[in-house]
Amino acid sequence: MSVIAIRPDYEAHTEVRDRLGNFHGNQVVYVHWEKHLSFCAAIAFPLPPDMPFGAFIDNVIKPHYAPHPQAEAIDWAAVTWQIDGADATPDLGKSLAENGVGHKSIVRFWTPGLDGYHGSAS
Amino acid sequence: MSARKLGLKQRYALMTRGLDWETTYQPMEEVYPYDRFEGIKIRDWSEWEDPFRLTMDSYWKFQAEKERKLYAVLDSFAQSNGQTGISDPRYINAIKLFITGVSPLEYQAHRGFAFTGRHLRGVGPRVAAQMQSLDELRHAQTQIHTISHYNKFFNGMAEWPHMHDRVWYLSVPKSFFDDARTAGPFEFMIAIGFAFEYVLTNLLFVPFMSGAAYNGDLATVTFGFSAQSDESRHMTLGIEVIKFLLEQHPDNLPIVQKWVDKWFWRGHRVLGLVAMMMDYMLPKKVMSWKEAWEIYFTEAGGALFQDLARYGLRPPKYADVATAEAEHISHQNWCTFYQYTHAAAFHTWLPTAQEMDWLSEKYPNTFDKYYRPRYEMWAQMEKDGHRFYNMALPQLCTTCQIPMVYTEPGDPTTIAFRQSMYKNERYHFCSDGCKDIFDAEPEKFAQSWLPVHQIFQGNCGGATVPDVLDWYKLKVGEDNLDFGQSPDRKTWDEWQASKSRLAG
Ligand SMILES: [Fe+2]
Ligand SMILES: [Fe+2]
Ligand SMILES: [Zn+2]
Repeated sequence: MSVIAIRPDYEAHTEVRDRLGNFHGNQVVYVHWEKHLSFCAAIAFPLPPDMPFGAFIDNVIKPHYAPHPQAEAIDWAAVTWQIDGADATPDLGKSLAENGVGHKSIVRFWTPGLDGYHGSAS
Repeated sequence: MSARKLGLKQRYALMTRGLDWETTYQPMEEVYPYDRFEGIKIRDWSEWEDPFRLTMDSYWKFQAEKERKLYAVLDSFAQSNGQTGISDPRYINAIKLFITGVSPLEYQAHRGFAFTGRHLRGVGPRVAAQMQSLDELRHAQTQIHTISHYNKFFNGMAEWPHMHDRVWYLSVPKSFFDDARTAGPFEFMIAIGFAFEYVLTNLLFVPFMSGAAYNGDLATVTFGFSAQSDESRHMTLGIEVIKFLLEQHPDNLPIVQKWVDKWFWRGHRVLGLVAMMMDYMLPKKVMSWKEAWEIYFTEAGGALFQDLARYGLRPPKYADVATAEAEHISHQNWCTFYQYTHAAAFHTWLPTAQEMDWLSEKYPNTFDKYYRPRYEMWAQMEKDGHRFYNMALPQLCTTCQIPMVYTEPGDPTTIAFRQSMYKNERYHFCSDGCKDIFDAEPEKFAQSWLPVHQIFQGNCGGATVPDVLDWYKLKVGEDNLDFGQSPDRKTWDEWQASKSRLAG
C-alpha cells in the first residue's frame, strides 16, 4: 500500500466506484475524434460488451459527432483506429469485447484529410 | 495599587503560551493520534514562530469591527440597488461561479483548520489554525450574505450548496478540498496553508476581487477588503508551516516536497476555472490569465522557491508544464462550458469581435491559430441556426475530475491521454501531474466519485440530461444555456429601459 493512512487497514474500507459490476451489465467506453477539438474531450458511453463494433460506429459514434460540419465528409473505410494506445483494425462484425475494447478503454480515430475547421484541429 | 500594564511581547506570551494540553491520565499519543502517522518529525514545537503576534482577544475585536463596516456597506448597496450599477450583466456569471465553486471551499477550509488546530500538539500552530478556521467560516458567511443580494435578481445562485455537492464541474473544487481534508493535518497545512494560501492565493483572490472592482461590483469588493487582512495572516501561516517543518528534521524534506508537488499541480488545475473567468467572463478585463500567471507564479513564486532552496526544497514538479499551459487553459475551459452550456448553472456566450481581438493581443502565440477558428466556426453555426452542443458526456480525469480537455505539452491539437492500471482497473488522467498523484496513492483516488460514471451507474436522478439537471436542481431555461436568450438578460434590459424612461 502506498497511501499513508492512519489505519493500516485503510484499503479494506474503500470502495472502487468505477468497478465494471457497477454499470448494470454495461462497460464504459470512451471515443475520441482526433483533430476535432470542438468536441473538447473524448466522449463516454455505457455500452454492452457484446455490441458489434459496426453498431458502435453507426449508433454511437456517428450521431454524436454529427453536429460537426466535417462529419458528413468522413470516409469510414479510410479511418484509422487506436484502441488503448495500440493501432487497431476493428472487425465491424465482431463485438467490442472481441475487438479488445474493455471497461474504460479509449478508442481514438483519425480521419485522413479532415483536420478540423480550416485545418485548425477545431 | 494600579495594575502594571504589560508589554506587548509579554502580553502575547501570556495569551498564547502555556495554554496547551498536557494530559495526565491518558498518554499524549492517544489524545493526539494524528500528528505522527504522516512521517513528519517534530523535535520541538516551541520553536514555532508566530510572526503575527495576534492574540485571541484582539482578534475578536478586530474582526467584529470589520464585520460592522462590511454589513453597513452591504446595506447601502442593497438600498441603492447596487446590482443595477455593474458593468454588464454577463459579469454576474463570475459571481455564480464564485458562490457555487469557491464559497463552499471557505467552509471546507474552516473545517480543515478546525481539525488541524485540534490535532497538532504545538500551541503556536494550534492558535494560528484556530484563528484561520474562524476566518474561513466568516469568509463563507460574509460571501453568502454579499452574494445573496444578487440572488434576488439573477438565476443560478439559489441552490449553491446543493449544486456544489452534485454538479459535474463543481466536483472539481469539491474533490480538491475533500482530498486535502481527508489527508493528515500536516499534509492539509501544506496543501491549503502553503500551496493554496501562499503560492496560489493571488491567482484566486486578486482576479475575483479586482474583477469585481473593474466591473462595478462594490459589494464583492467590500467583502474582499474585509478579508484582506485575514489573507495576509493566512499567507504568513503558510510560509511559517513550511519553514518550521523543514527546520525541524531533515527527514521531513522528501515528504514536504512530495506534497508541494502534488498540491501545486492540483491547485493549478482548479485555478483553470479562474483563468476562464478572467479571460472570458469579466466584461471589463483586469489582465489576462497568462499575465497573472507570469506576475504571481513565475515571478513571485520563482522568488519564493529561490528563498526556500536553502532548505533543499525545489520548485514544484511540472511548474514548467503549468506555465506553458497558461497559453491555453482559459480557452480550453471556456470552450468546454460553451458546448456543455445546457448542463452549466451559469450562462455562456461567444466572445465578441472586440473581445476576440483582446484575446489575440494577449495570446499572440496561440489564440488566432487554435481558438479563434473554433469560435468562428461556432459563430457561423449559431448564425445558421445550428448552435453547437456536445450531447455526449465527456471523459474525466480520475484525479482532478476535469473533462480530459487538456492537450499534449507542445501540441495543442492533440488531447493528452495518460493511463494507469491499478488492480486490473484502468484509470485515465489529463496530464503527467494528475497521473503521478494517482500513482502515489491509488488506494485513495480509486474511490473518485466521477460525475459522468455516477450518471451511468444511475446515481444521479436518471439516465437523461433533464433527469440529471433536475437532480442538480438546475432550472432549464433559467440557470443554463446562452446569456443572449436568458431571463437574466431580460431583467437587465428592463432595468435599462426603465432607466432611460426616467432619464427621458
Ligand atoms: Fe478564506
Ligand atoms: Fe484564506
Ligand atoms: Zn487531471
